[in-house]
Amino acid sequence: MSAEIKYIETPHPVTGVVNSKIGMWLFLATEVMLFGGLFSAYIILRVGAASWPKADEILNVPLATVNTMVLIGSSVTMVMAWASLMLKSLNKFRLYMGITLLCSVIFLVIKYVEYSEKFHHGWGPATNNFFATYFTLTGLHGLHIIGGLVVNTYFLIVAGREWKNRPVMFTNRIEAAGLYWHFVDLVWIFLFPALYLI
Amino acid sequence: MSEAHHPEPGFIQKYIFSVDHKVIGIQYGITSLVFLFLGFCLMMLMRWQLAFPGEAMPLAGKIFTNGMPGGVMLPEFYNSLGAMHGTIMIFLGVVPLGVGAFGNYLVPLMVGAPDMAFPKLNAASYWVYFVGGMIMLASFFIPGGAANSGWTSYPPLSVIATAGQTYWLVGMVFLITSSLLGSVNILVTIIQLRAPGLSFFKLPFFVWAQFVTSFLLLLAFPPLEAAGILQLMDRVAGTSFFMPSGLVVSNTPMEIAGGGNAILWQHLFWFLAHPEVYVLILPAIGIITEIIVANTRKPLYGYKTLIYSVIFLGLMSFLVWAHHMFMTGMGTTMSNFFQVTTMIISIPSVVILTVLIITLWGGSIRFNVPMLFALTFLPMFAIGGLTGLPLGLTASDIYFHDTYYVIGHFHYVVAPGSLFALFAGIYYWYPKAAGRKMSSFWGKVHFYGSVVSINLIFFPMLFQGLAGLNRRLYDPTFYANGAAIQDLNVLISIAAWSLGAFQLIFIANFFLSMKFGKKVNDNPWEATTLEWQTPTPPPHGNFLQDPVVCRGPYEYSVPGEAKDYLPQNEESTRSEQVA
Repeated sequence: MSAEIKYIETPHPVTGVVNSKIGMWLFLATEVMLFGGLFSAYIILRVGAASWPKADEILNVPLATVNTMVLIGSSVTMVMAWASLMLKSLNKFRLYMGITLLCSVIFLVIKYVEYSEKFHHGWGPATNNFFATYFTLTGLHGLHIIGGLVVNTYFLIVAGREWKNRPVMFTNRIEAAGLYWHFVDLVWIFLFPALYLI
Repeated sequence: MSEAHHPEPGFIQKYIFSVDHKVIGIQYGITSLVFLFLGFCLMMLMRWQLAFPGEAMPLAGKIFTNGMPGGVMLPEFYNSLGAMHGTIMIFLGVVPLGVGAFGNYLVPLMVGAPDMAFPKLNAASYWVYFVGGMIMLASFFIPGGAANSGWTSYPPLSVIATAGQTYWLVGMVFLITSSLLGSVNILVTIIQLRAPGLSFFKLPFFVWAQFVTSFLLLLAFPPLEAAGILQLMDRVAGTSFFMPSGLVVSNTPMEIAGGGNAILWQHLFWFLAHPEVYVLILPAIGIITEIIVANTRKPLYGYKTLIYSVIFLGLMSFLVWAHHMFMTGMGTTMSNFFQVTTMIISIPSVVILTVLIITLWGGSIRFNVPMLFALTFLPMFAIGGLTGLPLGLTASDIYFHDTYYVIGHFHYVVAPGSLFALFAGIYYWYPKAAGRKMSSFWGKVHFYGSVVSINLIFFPMLFQGLAGLNRRLYDPTFYANGAAIQDLNVLISIAAWSLGAFQLIFIANFFLSMKFGKKVNDNPWEATTLEWQTPTPPPHGNFLQDPVVCRGPYEYSVPGEAKDYLPQNEESTRSEQVA
């Protein structure tokens, strides 16, 4: 009778989750395979290389450490933003989401500083396979950050209206966006040691 | 949601930018059929060169001024046609038809849901697919033409190829994204939106096939996306992911950093492309299972066996990819491993085939058009599978590798295999979407014509391969062994063109039946699954009443019942309940 799609707001009685959450998990599975493929390529190239530069002498480890902290911090504020909605506080949501956005912008700015430092030295993706993997992997990760930034900004803009009309659905959306954001954070936590430290 | 109170949407809203899964399914269907025909046309052009190498084709010089000056096909154009034939048939034709069209249209109906779990995402995945297809088409019109390094795009050749390859990579990224969005949608729909009472082991097998297929797409496509990104970097940013050191092209050393690994591409590519084979065949097996059961009027033999086989097949398909790479010198240990897994994966395939053949035993078979296609699928898929065994064994693969035997083998799986099943599906579900049946006389003409022509195309290819004729050869008469059997190429080409002619009958039948076909009731095949329990065509929201499922999918000819089929949501007419 009804054309309504079930389990958008209330969890499915058997699986115990809403549609958007399963959807996000499955999407993240594809992301795991994407970065899995790239990491495998990195391992194969590095193992097969005649020589591989010492990463910590070329790349800027302190800046990347700061970036790691910034990103982990943004993951925490992302959770707080979702928790604020669960506690029915839209203002706190706006605050924490704002901080999350700020952190993502800081991350991108630091990344930009790092990139321009390399270009200044005349190092680009074509220099050797070390830089090729560095630029490709961090670049793709950066695109994921930009994607998250765009979506989270959208949520911050429409927050007032959505909170008034569909609070449960909006909270679920923020939770799904949070899952994505944690994943992007997690990718960085693998990228940082793999590219900068070892 | 709040759309219920909106006024009736206009044409564009209703048919172009719709979020209704049925409209999107039909959009996928029409688009992919157009691409299939286009991909086939590319091949019919190539068949001219293969049958009459170097001879001018009438009229062609005027149409393809760049690729065929004076009507004679240039080698570069031939390579483009070959690469794009494979790409279009697989990524723009069979996958979108099997998963995009049939999956979209039927999965929500079969699980008793009003729509897909994410209708807007569904529309997005169609439009991303459409854009990817347009990019692929656009590449024909750029300088240097479309991609010409084979559908497998092996580097270093693909990295130094003309700009068409960049279009190919960008197009692929779009197509992959579309498939990922689509498979997430199908999976969530099956997991979350099944009607009350419809447990996983009461699902029609078609839904199971779509479920496993979607998992394959979900997990196998991203590594190709990764590889595509790396190759794009190699081409655009000058990296050397797949470019070895010391590469010399046309006697000039390439100015690249080097240190890359060309075999890495093959591993990433085949990690997708082997599961992809099962993406092509599983929806097809799902379709013919539904058709065979409904038209034998008896329950499916070994329902759970079929499901466990298909799950095992799905898992194993991730462990066989390097059997495409025996000739790369990756070592005998690796080759032995993949040889063994390849032999193992043939077991569930044989189980599936056996289950379907035993289902026919003792049935009262209705030989209608969808059933004819479905029945033909069985031996065709069997030939395709059995001819694969010599390729999976390393010793014989040394001889068969890159010959026409390979072409014959995999085309038997996907052309008279998958495509025949998809035709069967179109004839079978057409009445649900259109309210009218396709003409069965012209359907039979299409069927018999196609069966004869398609076997005349692919069976001789097995012999060509045995004679050692290489695939991708621009001039098949170049080597003496090929020149000796050139007559076969003429036969194959004539059969290919006649196959094309028979498809014109299908196209005419498809469109004319919308207007002139015989009107049918809601359940013309007297089938049990939920999609037949809706009005025809199903309205927005699909079901008049939310269905409640009380039995398994294939209850045909149950003793003591008033009719020989029991729909999944209907109460038994007998007084005592069936245990």
